[in-house]
Amino acid sequence: MEYLLIVIAAIFVNNVVLSQFLGICPFLGVSSKISTSIGMSGAVAFVMVLATIVTFLLQHYVLVPLGIDFMQTIVFILVIASLVQMVEIVLKKVSPPLYQALGVFLPLITTNCAVLGVAIMVIKKEFGLLEGVVYSFSTAIGFGLAMVIMAGIREQMELADIPKGMRGTPITLLTAGILALAFMGFAGLVK
Amino acid sequence: MSRLNNLTRGLIHENPIFVIVLGMCPTLATTSSALNGLGMGMATLFVLMGSNVVISLIARFIPDKVRIPSYIVVIATFVTIIDLLMQAYTQSLYETLGLFIPLIVVNCIVLGRAEAFANKNGAFDSLLDALGMGLGFTLALTLLGAVRELLGAGSVFGLQLVQGDAILVFVLAPGAFIALAYLIAIFNRIKR
Repeated sequence: MEYLLIVIAAIFVNNVVLSQFLGICPFLGVSSKISTSIGMSGAVAFVMVLATIVTFLLQHYVLVPLGIDFMQTIVFILVIASLVQMVEIVLKKVSPPLYQALGVFLPLITTNCAVLGVAIMVIKKEFGLLEGVVYSFSTAIGFGLAMVIMAGIREQMELADIPKGMRGTPITLLTAGILALAFMGFAGLVK
Repeated sequence: MSRLNNLTRGLIHENPIFVIVLGMCPTLATTSSALNGLGMGMATLFVLMGSNVVISLIARFIPDKVRIPSYIVVIATFVTIIDLLMQAYTQSLYETLGLFIPLIVVNCIVLGRAEAFANKNGAFDSLLDALGMGLGFTLALTLLGAVRELLGAGSVFGLQLVQGDAILVFVLAPGAFIALAYLIAIFNRIKR
């Protein structure tokens, strides 16, 4: 039950993109096609769960015992950067078309604040390892959900006649705003 | 002239928020009031100036292949410094901004300027570039914060300007997206 609450809260109520504002850059940048947004979400989910496990272990077995937890930011970001590099190498070998599609955005997962944000949040909320993994995986699903919905809307919007000044970023942000309004409806779901 | 250009470029023509559209996460998350926006802007300005100067000085010694991780370490160092400073001296602001202070490290603007400017230019020019970009960022965040605070709570910098009911949604998450959407649209219009 407790885990179910974490899952629902992370996917719907506190959606990582629409209510916590993490991972906005890929959300705006890669969400113009459904296929690429799914690929991006997959990559983010993979990195996010791995990063949470590694940073959790580092925090509790290295940083805290040594009394150097002020190094948290530096250590965490380095771990994430190397994980991203690894995912990039694996993807290049396993699925070249997906690698081509994601192109420049893969290295950008390093600067996807959702990954670092979730790693820090797991420590701040004092989750255990299993709770942390469940939390980070559901957050990644929430990210994917927001990405795919957004991509679906944007594919339709290609055909719409939008006023000149609103084209590009403004209309995307506005759509995200309305989406966020819709997600606010989930607020009563979990106390 | 070009020195002056380095400084002013970030303010309008290459404004990181309104024109290049980078660093969206802190922009949307921390601008629920003008003061929070200003605080976040200043913290980022500090990190940007520190990292730009240091990176411009050491860029020659860093092998090309490991430059991004090296830049991130430099940036993370400055983020840790501002994190500890704010915890010590501006406790309430530190608590409001919360998670987004350590997250300055993944702010695309900071790494972007290191990669696009600081590693090719001298320390002084990099400092000017950081100052311009940082001020442009701060300006944009304060403006967005002020607009949202005015619409959502009827006040600016805590000063009550409008009495009566305000549109509460503007200080909540959806209002951030909507307010920024219109600000960018207006900015586009003026620039043209």
